[in-house]
Formats: sequence, structure tokens, C-alpha cells
Amino acid sequence: MANVHEFDVVVVGAGGSGLMAGLYASRGAKTAVISKLYPTRSHTGAAQGGISAAFGNTEEDHPEWHTYDSVKGSDYLGDQDAIEFMCNEAIDAVLELEHMGLPFDRTPEGRILQRNFGGHTNNVTGKPVRRACHAADRTGHMILQTLYQQCLKNKVNFFDEYQVLDFLVVNGKAAGVVAVELATGELHTFHAKAVIFATGGHGRVFEVTSNAYAYTGDGAAILLRRGLPLEDMEFFQFHPTGIYKLGILITEGVRGEGGVLVNGKGERFMPKYAPNVKDLASRDVVSRAIYTEIREGRGVNGQNYVYLDSRPESIIKYAAEDGRTNSDGSPYTITAEELLKKLPDIVDFNRVYLGIDPMTQMMPIQPTAHYTMGGIPTNKFGEVVIDDKNTVFPGLYAAGECACVSVHGANRLGTNSLLDLIVFGKHAGLRAAEYARQADFQKLPDDPTAEARAQFDGLRSGSGKENVFDISREMKKVMFEDVGIYRNEKGMKSAIEKIAEWKERFKHVRITDTGRVFNTELLNAWELGNMLEISDVIAECALNRKESRGGHSREDFQKRDDVNWLKHTLAWKKNGKIEIGYKPVVITKYQPKERVY
Amino acid sequence: MQVTLKVFRYNPDVDKKWHYETYNLDVEETERILDLLELVKGHYDGSLSFRRSCAHGVCGSDAMRINGRNMLACKTLVRDVGDKITVEPLLGLKVMKDLIVDMEPFFDNYKKVLPYFINDSPLPADGKERLQSPEERARFDDTTKCILCAACTTSCPSFWGSDDYLGPAALVTAHRFIFDSRDEAASERLKIISETSGVARCHTVYNCTMACPRDIQITKAIGELKMATLTGKVD
Repeated sequence: MANVHEFDVVVVGAGGSGLMAGLYASRGAKTAVISKLYPTRSHTGAAQGGISAAFGNTEEDHPEWHTYDSVKGSDYLGDQDAIEFMCNEAIDAVLELEHMGLPFDRTPEGRILQRNFGGHTNNVTGKPVRRACHAADRTGHMILQTLYQQCLKNKVNFFDEYQVLDFLVVNGKAAGVVAVELATGELHTFHAKAVIFATGGHGRVFEVTSNAYAYTGDGAAILLRRGLPLEDMEFFQFHPTGIYKLGILITEGVRGEGGVLVNGKGERFMPKYAPNVKDLASRDVVSRAIYTEIREGRGVNGQNYVYLDSRPESIIKYAAEDGRTNSDGSPYTITAEELLKKLPDIVDFNRVYLGIDPMTQMMPIQPTAHYTMGGIPTNKFGEVVIDDKNTVFPGLYAAGECACVSVHGANRLGTNSLLDLIVFGKHAGLRAAEYARQADFQKLPDDPTAEARAQFDGLRSGSGKENVFDISREMKKVMFEDVGIYRNEKGMKSAIEKIAEWKERFKHVRITDTGRVFNTELLNAWELGNMLEISDVIAECALNRKESRGGHSREDFQKRDDVNWLKHTLAWKKNGKIEIGYKPVVITKYQPKERVY
Repeated sequence: MQVTLKVFRYNPDVDKKWHYETYNLDVEETERILDLLELVKGHYDGSLSFRRSCAHGVCGSDAMRINGRNMLACKTLVRDVGDKITVEPLLGLKVMKDLIVDMEPFFDNYKKVLPYFINDSPLPADGKERLQSPEERARFDDTTKCILCAACTTSCPSFWGSDDYLGPAALVTAHRFIFDSRDEAASERLKIISETSGVARCHTVYNCTMACPRDIQITKAIGELKMATLTGKVD
């Protein structure tokens, strides 16, 4: 067979978790990392504000506090054993990045500098704690660069610009993946003992999003088609501060440095919704507060946005009101020059896309679709599990945003995504290499690329009366409006009907580009197929969950319901329909209670 | 507003030779050039091919020539360039299809400068971070911003002359490590960039600095590298 490659471990995706997995797996097994992008284009690079670890470099902090904050942030849906594991590993994970050369910002003593972030608190006083380790407002960029550089140093094998299309299963075990080489259009089979999916999220199903074009849920959709379940797909995070209309992320670090949210009447409104930590409440709380202000007519000029005020004089004024101090107890102050050093990219985005200067003008913002809490179910070692008993699928691993461990539950805390990538990427890589050392290759199917070819052939042979771009645009709009921040039965049922219609229309799409070289039209159409699958699962799971929890806010069921719904959702695709099951939440130390910020 | 978008087209599966296509579009002045390309791909010609991912200037996928200058299509708005817009692939790298160029020579040069942190000394006894003062950290801050988009390297006449010249992006990477107080391989990197394919080929044309979408002071950084190769000192 032409184009067959053999590796012990294949990693799909080259963002933070894929590179970490590749780095660790390659130390113990012959490993390839396959990505549809050049690795440095991955969406990890867009992360801004920081990665959390309870160093306590400038004030008291403990991994136990980090654990509790994350459990509370998850609205008690996160598995507490996994969260505790992640928060305990956090300090070593961040130190490892530093030892790899990551240029963190520094304290005067030369240690890693930390800033405030939403939901991270001193558990005794309830006040915000500086836990987010950062490199200006490009922490994700520095993580991505550093890990890619270390992979080069360690001679990891990369297959750049190869889109993985299918996962091969033989005898109930992982056997490899099929990918198309974008530059030539040729299909390749990667025969492997272990496969790690690190394919990122699917925020592109929503109209206003901070997510990259690449975020189309490929990994999750591939496994769904192969009969595996997805977990907690109804939980999607809307980040409070996206640039109005464009959705481009404005880091929570702006509020960490003292910025505040202001409505159309010029009032700071977060104290009404979160009296203790105010603008530094968790993201679900802040996004709902913004929407409530807008709905009650206090948007700016009657429009769907509010302001984020980061002008130094405003920061100083509100810091004085809040009694905020530096670590030495002196009143908190900041200058435009200092702010520019801490948040250079935020200043740049405002200048380029809005033509405004955030040192003298307020930024128009609205919540933006940001992060996939749900995904491919795994245990804390990155092993994919496929039922309510956490049965492991032999040879299959997942890590990063595409995975659901679950450490984020119903709502992720800011900075915990980067931590998730490093901790679980590493363990998935270690476990996969260990598995590969004792496992045999499964025999490849006679025609391993058959399923991938069939999918492509379908896209080339439709009637041509439908257009990918139109279906995609309609999907994003409806998903954002009816399965977005606020949800109700009527809207979601209507969305589900429309998704069925789009899927039908999608069968009539025909690719006009008949060439092989960089056929991006074919790829984009295939990605839309994934997004339709994922939208269907999100909407069905969201309609099914009759409560409000974390990022899932039902207008018709406004309260959290621990009696009936303190459980994970599992969703399978069977005979064209979504089937739903459940799995218990792991609760160790922290009994669910009401969340107050 | 009405704009005329002229796009370089070449599909090796179909075309013997490159040509331009022109599209008349009704767009907002605040739209990105990338939005215009997406519009053309969605409604006029699905075969138009270009790279893109983050769409806000941090992933480095969509560097191209816009009205003759290297820019990121996602970080350039219609109002920045006017109503007559010409979009072409980067110069100095082989065109593979439409606006997509072969990035391999670019990444090959990047890989030549030991683009990774090197410090084989034992870690601090407490197992914690290697200490670095804020001033030491600031010394190489500017060159950590590079997103490897290739806008600088493909604007450089020396690189157009020969792609064995390392080019500005690879030199920026060398600078990022050479001036990092924690790194121990400065002398090896200085040796590499002192070779004939290195800093000597920079003739301070400043095209790279003008092209950088991250506002890195590239010519200044290369100047510091030149000084270091002459003096053997890094400070």
C-alpha cells in the first residue's frame, strides 16, 4: 500500500497538548505529530492572560485553594479527583515550562510574576489572589513557541499540514489514523499502536467567537462517527469580553490588572452580581451579568454591548473603592506605560480593529464563544473512556480542549485551560508510550482509507444546489442565538429542526475545485460536516439538561438541580440519532453548595 | 462601500500560467482583507486558496502582499488600504497555489539557528525557576513576539537574491535566545550567524521592520547581533 507510515504513537494536533504529548511520547516510543496547520499556527497561541499555579510568589496561596476554586468554578460538575490532581501538578508543570526557557514576566526577585484572574481567590479572605503566571498578554504564544522549539530540539517527527480524517479501529483497539496531505491531496495511512487526539475545540459553530477558523471539532466528530461517546457537550463557555461583533478575545487579565465593566449609563455593574470579587467573578457569571444589563436596556446606545474600562485613572479610582493594595500593602496604582507593558497585544487589537486607544477610551465588548468544556471523555491519565463505568478504549488517548477529563465541569476558570494542556498532554504522552511498549500493532483493514474516501466522494458528487458558506453562516447564527448564553426549550427545539435541515442540505453540496493541490474548499466543506455533527450533539444535550449550571443557562429551568442533574452527560450517535446516557460526578472533599462570588 | 479586489490566481492542477482575477465587492470599511477573501471563496469561486486560522494577527498563517506590501490579511482592514486592493502571494518563496507559498525554505532557515532554549547546567537546588531579573527579561522581550509569518523574510532583497540567507525571522529567533540571560548557547549561535549566510547579508534596508505585523524592531535586533558577532560580547 502506498503512503503507509508506521509509528508506535501518533498524536493528532500540534497545539499545547499535542506538542506536550508528542514530546513525552517520543522519549519512550517512535512518535509522529500530525497537524492540519503548521504547529505554531495552533490556537494555543491565541491564549493571552496566563497559566495558573499556586506558587504564592507575591502572596499566600496553596494548591488546595486552587482546587477548591476550580471545583466551585465548575459549578460542582468537575471531577474532584482530577481537579485536585491537576492543581497539585500545576507548580511542577509551570516550572517545567520555565526550565524549557519560557520567558515568564518576573518579580523584582527574579521569580515568575503572577496576576489576578477571575474566580481565583484566597480561600480565607475570599479576595482575588495572584495565581496566573504570565508572559505579557501572550502567554499562550510563548507556551506554543517554547513547546514547538523543544520538540525540534528533541527531533520529534512532524507531519505539517496533514488533515486527519478518520480513526481506525481493529479488534476494538486503536490501529491508526487516515490523513490527507494538503499540499498534494494524497491520502496517507498512519499505522499506530496508540493514537492521541489533541485536536482542540469547536467554537466556530457559533457566530461570535474568539476561536480560530481551525476550531471545527474535527477530533470529536471523527470519534463520534466511529461510535464513541462525547461528554458534557452542552457546556460551552462564553467569555465575557470579546471585541463587539468581531469576537476577538480581550483577556480577563485586563480585569486582573484592575479594569472594570461599565454599562451604557456609565455605571460599574459587577458589584450587583458578585459583591465580593466583582469584575473578577467566574466567566459564566460575568457573561450573564453583561447580557442581563443589555436585556434590561442598559447596553451602550441601546446596542448589544457594554464597555470595558482600562483607563489608568479609572483603574486607580475603582481600586481605591475596592481597597485593593499591592503585596506590600500600599494602595494599588498603575500608569499607562506600565499597562502597555503588561497588555501590549490588547492595546494593539484595539488600535487595529476599532481604531481606539484603551488608555484613553473604553473598549466596546460583548460575550464571545470561547471554550469547549465538554469533549472526548478521558480519565486523568488521558486514556479515553467510553461508558459510565469508565471502561478504557485500548490505545486511544485525548488531551487538551478536545478532551473532557473533566476538570472544567460546567464552567472553566481562566488560566486553567493552559494548565490542562500541559498536565494532561504530558500524561497522555507518557501513558501512550507505555501502552505502545507492551502492545502489538493491530493488522490494518484491507482498505484503510475507504471511509475517508467515501466522505470526500460525497462532497464531490452532490447536486451542487447548496453552498457551504450559506449553510455555515446560518448554522453559526442560530447556534449563537438559540443555543448560546441563554437557552430555552422552544429555541433549542427549533435549532435542532434546523440542524436536521442543514444536514439534508449539506448532502447537496458539491465542491467546484476539482484539483488536488491545497483543495481548501474540500477541506472547509468536510469541516462543516463536523460542525453540523457537533452542533447537533450540543443542542440535543442542552435541551436534555433541565437545569442551569455553569455555562448552561436555561431560561425555563433557572436553578441548579443537584438532586436530578449532578451528573455528566454522555452522548452517542446511533443510527443517525443522538442517544444520551449519564455518568456520576466524582466528589471527594467538596460537597456542592450555592455559588456566590 | 464598493471595492475592487484583484487577486493573484494559480492552480497547478489547471493553469499553465498564473493570472489575476478581479472581483467587485460591496463591503464595510472595517472588514478585514481576510473577510473579503472568505467572501470571494464563499460566493464567487470556491477554489480560491489561502491559509488562515486565528483571524486576529497572532497565528501568522495569512501573510501576503496587499497593494505591494507584506501584511497579514486578518490584520489589515479595508480602510487601511482603500477601495482598490491587490492581493498577491509572498515573494521569494515558490507559489504552490493562489496565495499559498512553500514555507519549507523559511522553516529550514529557522531550524538552522538552534531555535530552542539550551541550558545544560543543573537546575537551582530548590528545584524552582532559574532566576531572571525584570531587566534581563526585558532585554529580549521584543524578539519573543515573533509569530513566524514570514512577512519580514520575504520582504528582504537579500532573501529574494538567495534563500540560503537565514533571513530576518531566523535572526530574530537567534536574538531571542542569544540575549536571554538563562541560555548557554550564545557562542554557538553567534558562530552560525557569522557565516556567509548570516548577518553579513543584512544591508539595513528596513523592509523587514516595516513589514513586521508584530512591530518588532527587527533591523535594530539584527544590528545588535552584528555588534555581538564583532565583539564576541552579549550585553
